[in-house]
Amino acid sequence: MEFKDYYAVMGVARDASAEQIKQAYRKLARKYHPDVSKEADAEARFKEIGEAYEVLRDPQKRAAYDQLGSGPPPGQQFRPPPDWDSGFEFSGAGHPGPGEEQEFAYRGDASEFFETLFGRAGFAGARPRQRERGEDHHARVTVDLEASLEGGTRTLTLRVPEVGADGRPRLRERTLNVKIPRGILAGQHIRLAGQGETLAGATQPGDLFLEVAFAPHPLYRPDGRDLQFELPVAPWEAALGATIAVPTPAGPVELRIPAGSKAGTRLRLRGRGLPAQPPGDLYAILQIALPPAGSDAARAAYQAFAAAVPFNPRAAPGA
Amino acid sequence: MTSSQTTVIVGQILEQGEALSLEQLGALSGARAAQLLELVAEGVLEVITPAPPRFAGSALRRARLAVRLQRDLELSTAGVALVIELLERIELLERRLAR
Repeated sequence: MEFKDYYAVMGVARDASAEQIKQAYRKLARKYHPDVSKEADAEARFKEIGEAYEVLRDPQKRAAYDQLGSGPPPGQQFRPPPDWDSGFEFSGAGHPGPGEEQEFAYRGDASEFFETLFGRAGFAGARPRQRERGEDHHARVTVDLEASLEGGTRTLTLRVPEVGADGRPRLRERTLNVKIPRGILAGQHIRLAGQGETLAGATQPGDLFLEVAFAPHPLYRPDGRDLQFELPVAPWEAALGATIAVPTPAGPVELRIPAGSKAGTRLRLRGRGLPAQPPGDLYAILQIALPPAGSDAARAAYQAFAAAVPFNPRAAPGA
Repeated sequence: MTSSQTTVIVGQILEQGEALSLEQLGALSGARAAQLLELVAEGVLEVITPAPPRFAGSALRRARLAVRLQRDLELSTAGVALVIELLERIELLERRLAR
C-alpha cells in the first residue's frame, strides 16, 4: 500500500497549526474544486486534498496519523504497525455541525491508505442509520444530441460507490440501458425510480438521478432548448437574397435569405430546435464564404466586380 | 438477434414533473430546509409559490451545486450566490466564444 503524505498533499509543514491547515485547504479547494476548476486533474486532486484535510483537521485522526512518522523510505510499501491506533478514538464526527448529511465529495472513493487507517467510520458524518429507504444516487452522464432529438436508448456506464462486505467503500462499474426522453435539455435530470441504493432490510430502494450533458455535435450547438449552426452562403446569396436548402434535425427545409444579409445574421427557424415542451428554435448564423480566385475566370470576375462596384471596406468610422 | 437479456430502463424528466416541495428538494439535493430558504432569500433559487415554498425541477441543479460549494469551500450563502452567478456568466461567455 502506498503511504500518503497528507502534509505534502496540502503543502503544509508537519507542525502546521489548525488555522494554517484550514487556510491551505481553502486555497487548494478553490483551485481544484471540480465545479470551479479548469485544471485537467481537478477531480482527482480535489479528492486527495479532501482526504488529507479530513485527517489533518481532526485532532484525534491527526495525532494518530502523526504516530506513523513520515512513511517508509521511497519505493517501499507501507504497512501500518499493529495497534497503531490504540488509545485514539475516532468519533467520525469531527466536522459535521447541525446537518448530519454533511459528507465530503470524495466519500466512497477514498484511497486504500485512508480506508485501512480510518475505515468507513473515518468519514465525517457517515454513521449507521436505520433507514426505510435506500439513498438516492446522482450521476452525470454525457449523451449525443440525437438522443434528445429523436429519443432512444443509450448504454451508460456509471461508477457507483457501495459498501463492500468488509464494510469499506469501493467503486463498482454499472452498465445501464436507459431510454433517453425525447426533448431533454442539458442540465436536466432523468429520474430512474428504484435504481438508487438498495439497502438490506429497507423496504424501498432509492432513485437514480442522471444529470444530462451533451457531447459536442458536428453541426448543431445547443443553447438551452434552442440550437444554432453556422450556415455558409455565397456573397451573392447574402447580397441578393436567395432561397436555399438548409439542414434541420427533422430534415432539410427551404430557408429564405433576405437580400442584404450580413455575416453573423441569425435567421430563426421556429420550433425546429430541441423537441422540448415547448420546442426550441433553430438559428442559422450566416457566414459569408468567399469563392477562391483560383481560375482565370474567377480572377476576371473579381476584377470586373472591383471595376464595377466602388467599395472601401475600411470606410467605416474608426477604420 | 435472439432473445436478449437487455433491460431498458425508462425514466422521466424531473424538470417536467410536478413542482417540488421544500422537503423534496432537500432530500434530492442534500440541503437542509433552512439552507434552501437562505438560497431563496439570496436569489439563488426561485420559488413558484412562496407559501408553502414550491420549486420547479430546474432548481435541483443549482441547489446541488450550492450544497457542494458550501460544503467543500466553506462558503457563506452570499459567497455561494456570487460564485454561481459568476460560473453562469463564464458558461455564457464560453458558449459565445464557441460560436
